[in-house]
Amino acid sequence: MSAHATVIEVGSKRGTWGGGNEPFKASYGKLMMWFFLLSDIFTFAAFLIAYVATRVTYPAYEGSLENFSGSNEYWPVPELVFEALPFVHGIHAPLIFVGIMTFILIASSVTMVLAVEAGHRNDRDDVVKWMLWTLFGGITFLSCQAWEWNHFIHGTEGGTVLTYINGLNRLVTETVYGANLTVNEYGPASFANLFFFITGFHGFHVTIGIILLFLVFYQAAVGVYDRRGHYEMVEKIGLYWHFVDLVWVFVFTLFYLI
Amino acid sequence: MGVCIYFVLFNLRILNNLIMQIQENKSTLVVTPKDNDKIKKIWKTAGILLAITVVEFIMAFTMDRGLLLYILFIVLTVWKAKYIMMEFMHLGEEAKPLFYSIIIPLIFLVWLVIALMKEGTDIFLVRW
Repeated sequence: MSAHATVIEVGSKRGTWGGGNEPFKASYGKLMMWFFLLSDIFTFAAFLIAYVATRVTYPAYEGSLENFSGSNEYWPVPELVFEALPFVHGIHAPLIFVGIMTFILIASSVTMVLAVEAGHRNDRDDVVKWMLWTLFGGITFLSCQAWEWNHFIHGTEGGTVLTYINGLNRLVTETVYGANLTVNEYGPASFANLFFFITGFHGFHVTIGIILLFLVFYQAAVGVYDRRGHYEMVEKIGLYWHFVDLVWVFVFTLFYLI
Repeated sequence: MGVCIYFVLFNLRILNNLIMQIQENKSTLVVTPKDNDKIKKIWKTAGILLAITVVEFIMAFTMDRGLLLYILFIVLTVWKAKYIMMEFMHLGEEAKPLFYSIIIPLIFLVWLVIALMKEGTDIFLVRW
């Protein structure tokens, strides 16, 4: 210890930003999670706005919904593209599956906020219980997403006859089944590209979220947070998980409803 | 054989130690009782989010596709986003400087929407 201790005088005249206090009243970790999420909001917003901008460069489908068929001349009607359900075949169930997925993700967001609430009360049993439910919801959502992608890539039985420029730069007219990055049976190539890119990036976030949720679940179960003296980690990972739900709300509206 | 048995027993011992560690790790923190009003509020928010989604669903099948429907969808979506950020992420309960440092930068997105919508519409006119 040095003989001269430095004394910082904190006068009453110092304002919020005068130093010696915490203007944001949040821990470093929580603050950084918020700023990370802000940057992630910009990333997703850029993707989604690019989606809308690409979409308005194509005409909308004008005819009746009964006679709809995919074409690269106009943008498809989403409720006629996403209309399949797992385990049942040939049933026209528009948007039912994606509705279930949305419900699952919102439900897992609710169980997450209940885990955070239990963390505030230092209630380990409740934190573990709600984290497990959240984890379950997250894994179910990701599995649904995988099925949705699988169906989207393999396509319908009939396919669509399209004229397009193929990978070898030739203009061809043939029946197209499903979707890839060059051509798809539903609409213009950018429809499938944007679908893969945006839902894929969201799915990647969900995957990271599931890993983080598992870590929190495990650490809460073995008592790491009890020894640490607080459950703030549940809150930080909770912020991330709610953000994933927040993004899905926008993806749902832009891809499936509009 | 003996090595095998030893190996199994050794692993069981590790597992047993782990279980005992978990069991003996009784909480030293004081658990505060549940605040039922808070939990009720969480479920109420969940109900609102679900109700808005159901309304969006009904609108998708009953209303004609067009600008009015799209605007309604976007308004409802932003409304849902507000609930998630304020109630689930507790942004409303944070200190005001933190709240504004998250909300104010989002104003830039308004410009991005206007710019890219203009760009997209122009490409549409040139292309078709």
